[in-house]
Amino acid sequence: MSGGRATLTVSSPRTGRFRSALRGKGGAVSTLPLIAPSVVLLLLWSIVPLAMTLWFSFRRYNLLNPMIHGFAGWSNYRFLFRDPALLSSLIVTVILVGAVLIVTVAFGAVLAAVFENNFPGRGVARVLMISPFFVMPTVSALIWKNLLMHPVNGLFAAIARGLGLAPLDWFATIPLTSIIVIIAWEWLPFAFLILMTALQSLDEEVLEAARLDGAGAIAMFRHIQVPHMGRAISVVIMIETIFLLGVFAEIYVTTAGGPGIVTTNLAFLIYQRALLAFNVGSASAAGVIAIILANIMAIFLVRTVARRLDV
Amino acid sequence: MKAPGKSFHPVAAIIAWLAALLMFFPIFWMVLASFKTEAQAVQTPPVFFFHPTLENYTDIFARANYPLFAGNSIVISLGATAIMLVIAVPAAFAMAFYPTRRTRDTLLWMLSTKMLPAVGVLVPIYLIAKDTGLLDSRIALILIYMLSNLPIGVWMLFTFFRETPKAIIEASRIDGAGVWDSIRHVLLPLGLPGIASTALLSIILCWNEAFWSLNLSAHDAAPLTAFIASFSAPEGLFWAKLSAAATLATVPILLFGWFSQRQLVRGLTFGAVK
Repeated sequence: MSGGRATLTVSSPRTGRFRSALRGKGGAVSTLPLIAPSVVLLLLWSIVPLAMTLWFSFRRYNLLNPMIHGFAGWSNYRFLFRDPALLSSLIVTVILVGAVLIVTVAFGAVLAAVFENNFPGRGVARVLMISPFFVMPTVSALIWKNLLMHPVNGLFAAIARGLGLAPLDWFATIPLTSIIVIIAWEWLPFAFLILMTALQSLDEEVLEAARLDGAGAIAMFRHIQVPHMGRAISVVIMIETIFLLGVFAEIYVTTAGGPGIVTTNLAFLIYQRALLAFNVGSASAAGVIAIILANIMAIFLVRTVARRLDV
Repeated sequence: MKAPGKSFHPVAAIIAWLAALLMFFPIFWMVLASFKTEAQAVQTPPVFFFHPTLENYTDIFARANYPLFAGNSIVISLGATAIMLVIAVPAAFAMAFYPTRRTRDTLLWMLSTKMLPAVGVLVPIYLIAKDTGLLDSRIALILIYMLSNLPIGVWMLFTFFRETPKAIIEASRIDGAGVWDSIRHVLLPLGLPGIASTALLSIILCWNEAFWSLNLSAHDAAPLTAFIASFSAPEGLFWAKLSAAATLATVPILLFGWFSQRQLVRGLTFGAVK
C-alpha cells in the first residue's frame, strides 16, 4: 500500500469491483468485503430454512411413513387452524412474553434505583443479584420444579405448612404462572444490570438538586430516574422479547406443555408436532405461523423500540 | 463502581440485600442439596445443617461421562464465539467507521433475523443436518450458535467501535495502512474491551442454549444442557444427585460470569447508555 487517500478506494483488485456500488456519502473505502460475510451468512441462515419450511408446509411429509408424500395444498394449514392448540399457543406465547417483560422491567427498574444507594457489601449483593442470568434454563427449571415448587417435598410447601397453610401444587393449579415465575427469575438480572448501568450515567447533581427541593425517593424515581432509563428500557424490551418468543427449555423440563395444553407456547407446539408426531408437513405449517407472528412482533419492535436507539 | 458522595440508606440496604439473597437462594439451595443424602434432600421440614457428603458427585462421575459433556460445552461455546468474532469484527468496523445511509437498516435487519423463532426452522435445519451427516456433531452446533449470535455480536461491536475516535483510524489509513492493517493494528488493541465483552456474552449464551442442543445432539456432541435434561425424567426422584449434576453444569459458567461481570455490563447495554 502506498500512502495517500486516493489509493484507499481500491485495497485490492477484487474488492475494487464493488467500490462504486457501495461507496457511501463521504466514504472512500470499499466496505463491502467487510460486511458481505455477515450479510451473506445471515441471508442464507434466514432464507434457506425459511424457504424449506414454506415448501414443506405445502407437502404431505411424515418421517415415520415415507409412503405418504406429494402436494398437500392448504391441508396442513387447514388442519392446523382447526386445531384448538394453535390459538391457545398463540395466547400463551403473548401472555408469557408480556408478563415476564412487565415483571422484569418493573422490578429491574426499582432494584436498579435501590442499588444506586451506598450500602455495605454492595458489590457482593450485586453479584448475587445477577447470578441467575448465568444459570442454564434447563437447570433453573429443574431446581424450581423439584427443590422449590414440589407440592410435597419442595421448600415452598414446607414453608406453607410451617405457616399453617395448605401447600400449593404449583404446576397443577397455576402452571403458566409457575413458568412465568421461573423465567422472570432468569431474566430479572438482565433487566437489572442494564437499567443499573443506565442509572450510573445519571448526573448526580440533578438528584442532589431535586433532593434540596425536597423531593422524596419515590418522586425522584418517578420523575428523574425512570425517564432517564427510557432508552435502556427499550433495549431490555427488545432483547428480552427476542429470547422470550422462543422459550422452550423451561416448558420442556417442567410441564411438557401441560396440563392439557395450558402451557404450550408456539415453540413447544411446533416441537411436539415435528419431533414427537414426526409430521413435517404440519410442523412446517406451524413454523410458518410462528415466523409470521415473529415478523409482526419484529416490525412492531423495530418501529417503536429500535427507533429510540441511536444507530 | 461509583460510591463516594452517596449517603448510606438503611432502608435501601435492607431491600437490596433481601432482593439479592432471594435471587441467589435457589442456586444456594441447589448447591446445598447436592451435598445431602437422598433422604435429607426430600426431608420436611428441610434441613439447613447436616453432615455433607460427596456421595452424589462420586456417583455421577461413575455413571455419566461428565468430562465428555463439559468438553463439548467448552469446545462448542469457544468455537462458535471465535468464528462469530472473525466474521462480526470486520462488519462492525465497516459500519462504525464508514456508515452509509443503509447502515442503520442493515443493523436492524440483522437483529430482526434473530427474531425468527428457532422452532420455525427446526424441521429444515434438522433435515439438513441429517442429510449432511452433521446430526449429533459439534460442527453443526458450532455453526448454528455462531449464526444465531452473529447479529447480537455485530450490534455490540458496532456500539463499542463507534465510541472509538474515528480520527485514529483515519490517521492510520493516511499513514498508508490498508483496511486489514487498520483493523489488526489499530482497532483490535483499541477495541479489545468491547471485543472481550462481546465474546463473554456469546460464550454465556452458547453455554446455556438449550433448544438446538436438545434437538440436534444425542450423545457424541451433547453439551451440558443435554446432560442436565437427561437427569430430568428418570432421575427426577433423586434430588440430591440431580442437584449435584446441576451444580456441575452451572458452577463453571457461574464462576466465569462472576469474574467477568464488570466487563459484561459494559457490553450488554447496546449503546443505550451514553
